[in-house]
Amino acid sequence: MFGLHYNLERSAIGMVVAIVLVASIGGFIEIAPLFTIDETVEAAPDMRIYTPLEVAGRNIYIREGCYACHSQMIRTLRDEVDRYGPYSLAVESQYDHPMLWGSKRTGPDLARLGNKYSDAWHSAHLDNPRDLVPESKMPAYPWLLRTQLRTDDLANHLAALRTVGVPYTDEMIAYASIDAFGQANPESAQASGVAERYGEATNIRLFDASGQRLTEMDALVAYLQVLGTLTGATAPTQTAEAE
Amino acid sequence: MELNERDKFTGHMTTGHEWNGIKELNSPVPRVVWLFLGVFATFGIIWTLLMPSWPGVSGYFRGLLGVDHRVAVEQTISEAAAEKAAWLDRIASEDFDAIGADGELMAVVRDTGKALFADNCAACHSAGGTGNAGYPSIAAAPMMWGEDPETIAETIRVGINSTHPETRYAQMLAFGRDGMLGRAEIDAVVAYVETLSDPAIAEAQPEPVATGERLFADNCAGCHGVDAKGMVETGAPDLTDPFWTYGGDRRSIRTSVYGGRQGVMPSWEARFSPAEIKLLALYVLDLREGRQ
Repeated sequence: MFGLHYNLERSAIGMVVAIVLVASIGGFIEIAPLFTIDETVEAAPDMRIYTPLEVAGRNIYIREGCYACHSQMIRTLRDEVDRYGPYSLAVESQYDHPMLWGSKRTGPDLARLGNKYSDAWHSAHLDNPRDLVPESKMPAYPWLLRTQLRTDDLANHLAALRTVGVPYTDEMIAYASIDAFGQANPESAQASGVAERYGEATNIRLFDASGQRLTEMDALVAYLQVLGTLTGATAPTQTAEAE
Repeated sequence: MELNERDKFTGHMTTGHEWNGIKELNSPVPRVVWLFLGVFATFGIIWTLLMPSWPGVSGYFRGLLGVDHRVAVEQTISEAAAEKAAWLDRIASEDFDAIGADGELMAVVRDTGKALFADNCAACHSAGGTGNAGYPSIAAAPMMWGEDPETIAETIRVGINSTHPETRYAQMLAFGRDGMLGRAEIDAVVAYVETLSDPAIAEAQPEPVATGERLFADNCAGCHGVDAKGMVETGAPDLTDPFWTYGGDRRSIRTSVYGGRQGVMPSWEARFSPAEIKLLALYVLDLREGRQ
C-alpha cells in the first residue's frame, strides 16, 4: 500500500518534488477563488472615495484600536439587518486598505453609522462616553479634542492608497492638506475645492464645533459620519424593509 | 540498509532504518486513524458538492443544495415582515387616536418601540427619554416643535437642523460672539431669563431685571415668545419651565446667549419605514403619559 511512498523516500529529488506538489494544493485552494473576484464583488459606480480628512480619521480609528471592539460588517442574519440595516456588501469596502470588518463586537457594529447621530454627539461621546450613555464601558478619548491634526503628510497617505488602487487624482493628492482643512471649516476659502474634488455629497461641516483649529476629533467624526454612506449600492433588504 | 526484513518478535516488517542495532518497526497505522481520515475526507468531498465551493473559469460551483446566504436572509426577513404585517399594517393605516385606544396594539407598540428607541434614540435622549446635556428630555419637558403625534412623527422623519432637505431648522444666534449684545447686556438678559423659571431669584434681585426684560423683548421674544413660553413655529423652547436642554444655571444660560445654540437631530427617514416612525411617535407619547 505504501509502495510509492517507500520508493519516494529513497529519492531526495523525488521527495522534494512530491512535497512541493502536495503543499501547493493548499495554496491553490486559497488563491484560485481570487480569480473569480470580479464575479463575486458587486459593482458600485457611484462609490465615493474617502476625503483626506476622512483618511486621517480612518488612520486615527486604526491607531486608537476602535476595530478591536467595533466591527464594520453587518452579516446576512435577520437580527443584524433588523438592528443595523442592510447587510454589508464586499464592494462597500473596496477602498478600505486594510479593511476594518473586524471579528468581535464589544460595542455595536459601525458599518452604517454615518448620519445616525449628530457631529456634536460624536464629539461629546468620544470625549467621555459616560456623559451621554451612563452604562457605557467604552474608554474616553479626551485627547482627540486637544490634539491638532497632522495634515502635512496626508498627500503621502493618499499617494500610498493610490498605489493600491484607490482612484485619487494628482490634483487630489496635491491639495490633500488644504482639503482636510477646508472640509472642517465650511466658511473658509479652502472649503469650496473639497466639494469640487470629492462630490457634492461630501460632508463639509464644523465636525468638532470649533473652527479655530483642525483637531483629531474633526477627522475621526468626519470619518464616522461617512460610514455606510459612500455608495447607494446596498443590499436589496433596504427597499424590502421600506415597503 | 536491509529491506523486507521481518521482526521475529512482533511479526511486523522493519523500516530498514537501524541505529546501533536497534531497528525501527514499520507497525501499521492504527485503524481508528484510518477511520477518522476516511470519514472526514468523505464528509469534505460531499460538503463541497452540496455547498457553494469550487471556483471555475466563469463563476463558481453553486452547490447541489443551492444554499445562498443572501437568499436565506431575504427569506427570513420577508417571513418576519409577514408576521409583523398583522400589526404593522394597522399602525401604518389607522390614525393615532384609534391606535392609542387599542390596548392590544399599544402593548405591541410598547414592546417594539422599546427596542427601536434603545437602538436608535437612547444614545442622545437616554434610555428613559429623560435627555442628556445638549439633548432635550422627551419624556417630560414640553416639546419644542409641538406635542401632537403627527408633529412628533414629522420631527422623527425630517430631523432638526439635519441633512434632510425638508429638515426643521432652528438656530439661536450667538448674541455675544457676533457682537449683538455687550457684556453688561448679556448679564442683564441672563439674569432676567433666570428669574423666568425660578421665582425665588426674581424676588432676590428686582433691579437689573427691568433692563433684562426690555432686552429680552427686543432680542429674544421673536423666537421664544413675549411670555418666554417658547413657540412651536420657531422651535424655540419654553424658558419658564424647569426643563433645560443646555443647563439652567447662570453660567450655562450665559454660554447659550453668548455663543448661540443649534442642536441637531438627525433625520430617520432613511432608517425607518413610515410605520416604524409612527410607532416611535406613539412610543414617545406613551413614555410622556407614563411620566406625567
